[in-house]
Amino acid sequence: MEEVLLARIQFASTTLFHFIFVPLSIGLALIIAIMQTMYVVKKDEIYLKMTKFWSVFFLINFAIGVVTGIIQEFQFGMNWSAYSRFVGDIFGAPLAVEALLAFFLESTFIGIWIFGWNKLPKKLHLACIWLVSIGTVMSAFWILAANSFMQNPTGYVLQNGRAEMNDVVAVLTNEKLWVAFPHTIFGSFATGAFFVVGVSAWYLIKKRKVDFFKKSLTISLVVGMLSGLGIAFTGHAQAQYLMHAQPMKMAAAEALWEDSGDPAAWTLFAKIDVENRETTKRIDIPYMLSYLTYSEFKGKVSGMNALEQQMIDKHGEGEYLPPVKTTFWSFRIMVVTGGTLLGLGAMGLFLLFRKKIVESVWFLRLLIVGIFLPFIGNSFGWIMSEMGRQPWVVNGLMKTADGISPNVSAGQILFSLISFSTIYTILGIIMVVLFVKFIQRGPEEQPEEDVSATDPFETGGAGHAIK
Amino acid sequence: MPLSDIWFILIGVLFTGFIFLEGFDFGVGMSTKFLARNDLEKRVVMNTIGPVWDANEVWLITAGGAMFAAFPHWYATAFSGFYLPFVVLLLAFIIRGVAFEFRNKVDSKAWVKTWDWAVFIGSILPPFLFGVFFTSLIRGLPIDGDMNMYASFTDFVNVYTVIGGVTFVLLSYLHGLLFIGLKTVDELRERANTAARKVYALTGVFLVLFIIFTYLDTDAFTDHGAILIPLYSLAVILYGLLFFFLKTKREGLSFTMTGLVLIIVMANFFIALFPNVMISSMDPAFNMSIAEAASGEYSLKIMTIVAFTMVPIVLAYTIWSYYVFRKRLTGDKEHLEY
Repeated sequence: MEEVLLARIQFASTTLFHFIFVPLSIGLALIIAIMQTMYVVKKDEIYLKMTKFWSVFFLINFAIGVVTGIIQEFQFGMNWSAYSRFVGDIFGAPLAVEALLAFFLESTFIGIWIFGWNKLPKKLHLACIWLVSIGTVMSAFWILAANSFMQNPTGYVLQNGRAEMNDVVAVLTNEKLWVAFPHTIFGSFATGAFFVVGVSAWYLIKKRKVDFFKKSLTISLVVGMLSGLGIAFTGHAQAQYLMHAQPMKMAAAEALWEDSGDPAAWTLFAKIDVENRETTKRIDIPYMLSYLTYSEFKGKVSGMNALEQQMIDKHGEGEYLPPVKTTFWSFRIMVVTGGTLLGLGAMGLFLLFRKKIVESVWFLRLLIVGIFLPFIGNSFGWIMSEMGRQPWVVNGLMKTADGISPNVSAGQILFSLISFSTIYTILGIIMVVLFVKFIQRGPEEQPEEDVSATDPFETGGAGHAIK
Repeated sequence: MPLSDIWFILIGVLFTGFIFLEGFDFGVGMSTKFLARNDLEKRVVMNTIGPVWDANEVWLITAGGAMFAAFPHWYATAFSGFYLPFVVLLLAFIIRGVAFEFRNKVDSKAWVKTWDWAVFIGSILPPFLFGVFFTSLIRGLPIDGDMNMYASFTDFVNVYTVIGGVTFVLLSYLHGLLFIGLKTVDELRERANTAARKVYALTGVFLVLFIIFTYLDTDAFTDHGAILIPLYSLAVILYGLLFFFLKTKREGLSFTMTGLVLIIVMANFFIALFPNVMISSMDPAFNMSIAEAASGEYSLKIMTIVAFTMVPIVLAYTIWSYYVFRKRLTGDKEHLEY
């Protein structure tokens, strides 16, 4: 079944690539909206310059996010037609709503925002970027509503050979959605925040535009710290959810073959032998897993052997183990990046409060490295979530291998896989090159340098609109 | 009327909205090569659609999402069946989408030239592919009893579909030229209007060929002649009127005419399909009907409520966005974003 493998590689690679840009867009939209709000409220030019400087990165990133998103919608039907037939009734609805509610909002108002600097009254123009920000967040909600059905199907009935929606409230109150949505959103805010934090740190080390970048750093550190706390709390909620809704994913994430002891220890790292079904050389933190999953220092966690037997009893003979090593290590990488971000945020705010941050060059260097952490955390969080669900595409209802298009050949998928990978690689390189270029250039020589001389709202066209 | 019929119409409306709006975006994209003579003109041309093209593309995303949600079988059959053409379509959308943003980010001739080509290719391929898509949809495709489509090259590429593709490209180009005529001043505006008069005849020829081959190559007129004959007569009359509007330089009316013709051409496809969503060339028994392809009543009901609440709001702010940018672009006298 090389079609299945190729289709999975394509879905994984295009989604992971898309998910580099999406969180950054969501995070930067919020931070830019905050900066522009401060400009409108405080009437200080510097916040306008900050808005404009950071929006350069936001817009480049947004463009790539948009174009890589189109593929996502198409490839369900293209590569996974059997899946699409099976779930369209309930999975398609949130996607359609996402387009109607979120995509129209963000794409219309981002157009108005980019081109409307001289054409709209200040506050109306500010409202546009907030609508973009709201649009990006709503978009995440609806796509996660769809994804949550794959993880934890609710609100459906099996009839006419497919899953049909029979309770929209159950779809929208899916427990998975309400742990995954805040977790993803905080992760996204952190991505935008630590990008701004890291780039600002680079300028502070160079002592360029210190005031400008200290202000940027302050705003983004506050957003980053709050997001870090949000990530931690919602991550805890995710673990509690997993324990009762997707115990197999939890067991794989812990590489637990047999049921754990009570209280359960959390494994820091270990040597996993999938073939012989054993995990050796564990370095454990006692009580921790019980706390993670039950919020108390007791309670045991089921192992994969017992869980697999349950699945065999329920669904018949077959393989029911997700890729254990991938799930296990993805989980750890995610947790470590999240924890590190929280530490960086706390330390950063502390130094800022003590007015020592500009001198703490060693710490500023760490913050530059911090740019990459959220991307790593986002990607591995996603890998854990999707790989840990295997072999199911819809948990307990449809296996991934049964979801592909029977009429699409391996050769066709290979063609599209190569095409998309090539163009994505080019886009990735261009993004990095442009980002480096605009970071080096700095705010003083942005194309819109005229803003330093004149406030766009005070000139020409929009003059009549403001008092 | 059953909800599935309402959704069939709604998806028709979404695709039509996409072709009407993105139609002039495509035409504008083509004009960067055919009309603009220097870098400044290219930028002015691109900036005419700058604030709106992204949102215009969302009409397609929404149409696709609505197909997935309301007609899972239609979505699954069509999207997997059109695998390779859709890969090309997606590649075109990707390079075009980033090209607008990337183009002026690096000060190098080679860089700018590369993205100019991306804008052009990304603007000429999609209308062609959509022409092929819709014409082959009503011509019939090899769909088997399991609703799976196994199309060969000639199912996609034949006289009728190529005429369909070229007609879409030409109509979009004309539509785009007239849009530029509405959005620019002086020489560029004049030249756009002159170019429109020049492609008028060729586009007319293809429009007529398209109607003739729709008659010859599909069952559209046999099944729906009573509606299609008056509708196409109207299209021909409107296209004839366009000649006089072009001559007398009635820019707004000219643009309205190409818009209406595009709407009629799109309506034709959905009328011809009705009561099916896909027509099988293997056996009429394998035709996929609206009812067969549709989602359950409950799902359609929920989505109907959402759609009828949201669409008016979306339309309202879309119209407002065009109102905000109603002024003509003067080029060198103002700041150009792209």
